[in-house]
Amino acid sequence: MIIHQLSVFIENQGGKLAEVLGVLKAHEINIRAMAVADTSDFGILRIIVNEPEKVQHILRGAGFTVKVTPVLTILVTDQPGSLFEQVDRLSAAGVNVEYVYAFAATSAETARVVLKVDNLPLAERLLNSEGRPADPYQDETGTVPNFYW
Amino acid sequence: MNTYWNKPAETMAREEMANVQAGRLKEIIARLYRQQPFYRSKMQTEGLLAEDIVTLADIEKLPFTTKQDMRDNYPYGLFAVPMSEIIRIHASSGTTGRPTVVGYTKRDIGIWSEVAARSLVSAGLSRQSCIQVAYGYGLFTGGLGIHYGAELLGASVIPISSGNTARQIMLMKDFGTTALACTPSYALYIAETMREMGIDPRETSLKAGIFGAEPWSERMRLEIEAQLGIKALDIYGLSEIIGPGVAIECCVQDGLHVHEDHFYPEIINPLTGEVLPDGEKGELVLTTLTKEGMPMVRYRTRDLTVLYREKCACGRTLVRMSKVLGRSDDMLIIRGVNVFPSQVESVLLGIGETSPHYQLIIDRKDNLDFLTVLVEVTDEMFSDEVRGLEELEGKIKAELASVLNVSAAVRLVGPKTIERSEGKAKRVIDKRQL
Repeated sequence: MIIHQLSVFIENQGGKLAEVLGVLKAHEINIRAMAVADTSDFGILRIIVNEPEKVQHILRGAGFTVKVTPVLTILVTDQPGSLFEQVDRLSAAGVNVEYVYAFAATSAETARVVLKVDNLPLAERLLNSEGRPADPYQDETGTVPNFYW
Repeated sequence: MNTYWNKPAETMAREEMANVQAGRLKEIIARLYRQQPFYRSKMQTEGLLAEDIVTLADIEKLPFTTKQDMRDNYPYGLFAVPMSEIIRIHASSGTTGRPTVVGYTKRDIGIWSEVAARSLVSAGLSRQSCIQVAYGYGLFTGGLGIHYGAELLGASVIPISSGNTARQIMLMKDFGTTALACTPSYALYIAETMREMGIDPRETSLKAGIFGAEPWSERMRLEIEAQLGIKALDIYGLSEIIGPGVAIECCVQDGLHVHEDHFYPEIINPLTGEVLPDGEKGELVLTTLTKEGMPMVRYRTRDLTVLYREKCACGRTLVRMSKVLGRSDDMLIIRGVNVFPSQVESVLLGIGETSPHYQLIIDRKDNLDFLTVLVEVTDEMFSDEVRGLEELEGKIKAELASVLNVSAAVRLVGPKTIERSEGKAKRVIDKRQL
């Protein structure tokens, strides 16, 4: 499934991450997933939130540099090799994974993995069996919510 | 026993000097009006004819020339002779990437060598001296300017250029260098490297240093003199006027003698353009009285100084200027290279659609200048991938190096990181303790 990730520029110094998190808390925004890529002088905070467009405006308004990036999210089962199979499918097709992070999903048997790839449409087709586009995400009641999971 | 390179010129009575200057001024203005379109139209705009300039006081009628004029007339628009007469071209950094270009005729090179030779003799050098020229050779006027002066003087010249400090020190010892010519900050760096190499500067034959191309304080002079065990003298010049040799400190070390028979100095209030009397601090304005290739009329140097005309203990009657006390514009001198914040702006504009806020931080570590440019990352520059941001950093760094001619570290920072005053970002933080 393709979802929209928010990236936020943070300088590599004390208190910068807390500033971003403080803004999110003040607006009662729940972080579904996050990862930080760091270099010696800056970091990129990547987060998955509900209503990424809205959160982007909030963060911009608070003076942060923000970017919305479409990324791929997949579900993996709680057993060895589950992620390998899917990533291997991408590699075989020549899709390059730029970065990846994983986090526990709501159930104990699965985990979610976010992948930034250089060919999103192809990657999505490869990881959806039979190559058909993904069904829109639905919750237990069959409605499409305005958030990811 | 005082020695001079050109005693008549250097010890001329004040009145006689004024006569010489007035005659030369009249001559050069007439020539420019006749054969230099830029100056002619500038004078016509003011309603001036060449014959309106008769006495020295008449110089105040003439409009100023600025770095902007040089930019607008890039590259050869201010030359006053056909290119066939130009035998040398030098250039220095302009305000936004375009260098300021200077052309010299054979006679100009002769004049330059003359004032450089005078400078070296004022600094106590002679035919017996062995001069190590550690200014850069090339488009920068420092290296070749001192080189030609030293050759005219008949001293032994070591044209080593700048850099490779360990080798500088080795040759200094082996060749018996008696005088070092470089930027004052490089002189301190050489002293420090000597200590690291376990060499006592007193093991060398070094007696004097001719240091210029960047402003330096009295405190820095004392430090250099103590560390190298030499007399450190300040030389002043700028490529727009000729190069090093416009003015030099004599061994009395009380102000720099301006070679005013070739370069006529005035001090103005930088805000109003009003000419100030001797003893008042203001911006130095120079008129070249003898240059052929590219004469300069009332060129605003942007250097702040004070003029005084009392006879010096060395016997020279030439007007003296104090050490440069600062700038009336935002030009910075980093490792002897002129850098303008606007150059950084033009680089950043070339990279994104909008120019981000930026700041130059200059620091001095181990007597070397370091420039760091902070750039606030805009949404359009931002990438979610580390590689993307690192490429951006590298690109900015490469562009800056090619435009500034001096390497800069680049640090990407978050929005609003750079301090604002009245909404404007503070462009420069100079932490150097001169």
